Amino acid sequence: MLLIPCPWCALERPEIEFRHGGEAHVVRPPDPAAVSDAAGTEFLYFRSNPKGLYAERWRHVSGCGRFFNVLRDTVSDRILAAYKPGEPQPEVAREVGP
Amino acid sequence: MRFSFLNVMRQALSHNEGWPEQWRSPEPKAAYDAVIVGGGGHGLATAYYLAREHGLTRVAVLEKGWLGGGNTGRNTTILRSNYLWEESAALYEHALKLWEGLSRDLNYNVMYSARGVMMLAHNVHDVQVVKRHVHANRLAGVDNEWLTPGEAKAFCPLLNISPAIRYPIVGAALQRRGGTARHDAVAWGYARAASARGVDIIQNCEMTAIRRDASGAVSGVETTRGAIAAKTVGVVAAGHTSVVMAMAGVRMPLESYPLQALVSEPVKPMMPCVVMSNIIHAYMSQSDKGEMVIGAGTDAYNSYSQTGGLHIAEHTLEAICELFPAVRRLRMLRNWGGVVDVTPDRSPIIGRTPVPGLYVNCGWGTGGFKATPGSGHVFAHTIARGEPHPLAAPFALDRFRAGRLIDEAAAAAVAH
Ligand SMILES: Cc1cc2nc3c(=O)[nH]c(=O)nc-3n(C[C@H](O)[C@H](O)[C@H](O)COP(=O)(O)OP(=O)(O)OC[C@H]3O[C@@H](n4cnc5c(N)ncnc54)[C@H](O)[C@@H]3O)c2cc1C
Ligand SMILES: [Zn+2]
Repeated sequence: MLLIPCPWCALERPEIEFRHGGEAHVVRPPDPAAVSDAAGTEFLYFRSNPKGLYAERWRHVSGCGRFFNVLRDTVSDRILAAYKPGEPQPEVAREVGP
Repeated sequence: MRFSFLNVMRQALSHNEGWPEQWRSPEPKAAYDAVIVGGGGHGLATAYYLAREHGLTRVAVLEKGWLGGGNTGRNTTILRSNYLWEESAALYEHALKLWEGLSRDLNYNVMYSARGVMMLAHNVHDVQVVKRHVHANRLAGVDNEWLTPGEAKAFCPLLNISPAIRYPIVGAALQRRGGTARHDAVAWGYARAASARGVDIIQNCEMTAIRRDASGAVSGVETTRGAIAAKTVGVVAAGHTSVVMAMAGVRMPLESYPLQALVSEPVKPMMPCVVMSNIIHAYMSQSDKGEMVIGAGTDAYNSYSQTGGLHIAEHTLEAICELFPAVRRLRMLRNWGGVVDVTPDRSPIIGRTPVPGLYVNCGWGTGGFKATPGSGHVFAHTIARGEPHPLAAPFALDRFRAGRLIDEAAAAAVAH
């Protein structure tokens, strides 16, 4: 079970208080009607799924209820940073990996 | 050496020390007609059918670890074909038919056991979904039948059908031809049969790059054991597909999740079939060694850690203890995880990619072991002919652009 730091509550809480929200920074096209098939498909279905550094969204459902972003290493599952939506992705050194 | 009554007797007399190696372990050659990346069941089956059905024998299977060390050797071995949509039922039924003759075909006992797979319903919604599956399957010619709680209990006496439990059993679907098989034997049997037909099985060989010529087509691969030239590369890398496809600059509609299972200490035979419950995330069967084999759901987040969270296993065990009170006092022996590649519609991706010469077979997620023979068979056809096998055609990567999704979330969300 992950220990997830919620940047809104400024608390580290067990994973079961949160819901995973998928990859972060996947931007919904501003005008869906003007989007090409390829771009629309990419937005809906294609994900980077990296082995290593990964930016993802979590929602603190059993706490403040808010969304935020987390940087996690998908090999060690270590959380390297947590930041609020709209904030730039922090620079981190990847610590583990193949 | 073939496995036959006579050979088994002969070898017994010499203390079983005369059996030869089951497959050759050659050094990689400089070039092959086709390279298969991934030595799990699906990759090995692909190589076998390439050699047997299409006469391609200059084929190598590259495996970064050991054969079946990925999900093939980590899965809970449930086989069935009662998927909802025609495309899926046809593909999984093709596989189930191959399972029925596989031991004979490979001259290797894969221990296919048609002990029946039962899927429980716990509420009105479940009943509707499960009955819809039963009807759809029967129309598609796939066996699946509806059981009352009493009939379910008669088929599996361990079941707790008391109406007083938290998620009472209100009915079940049963596919009698479903069952289990021995996971390692599937990898080993295909490897042995493919090797006997000239396929090179190369373990401890990780592909690290995909080479492309000036036109963008595949020209070979780089590996930890040197470069190999090949105009055809088939990627069958399960949880690592996104990573491998990125070597050719191809993005995939996949996310990799940890999926875990556990087994108990061995006990006398007490569980005659496989029982699964999608809604309360639990399923169980008994191995021939006597261990109760229990499967849990995936974790909530993508990860390559090959380790599932303890709370996920706990959730499953709570359900198991309620459904099968007789196993409450059993101790668990081992718990492990795999990395499964999940697609948005929970159906696999089989076929061509935007890169000429590069083919992919992936997205089997939590439930691809059952498809191993069928998957290898249709993928070999797709690679050898350069165009999809009719059963594989609906599962092309392009379906996400075309919007022709094959939504099997209800069939495959947790269950296998
Ligand atoms: C706990 C668990 C329970 C499951 N239960 C069931 C079940 O009951 N029924 C069912 O039908 N399915 C089940 N599944 C799913 C099933 O195991 C998979 O869908 C299936 O085994 C996938 O087969 P495969 O041969 O493609 O994968 P794998 O056996 O994972 O083979 C892929 C291989 O590719 C290799 N590889 C990856 N990258 C590289 C590279 N760069 N170079 C060389 N080699 C590489 C890997 O080492 C691996 O051996 C379960 C899975 C898990 C984890
Ligand atoms: Zn919070």
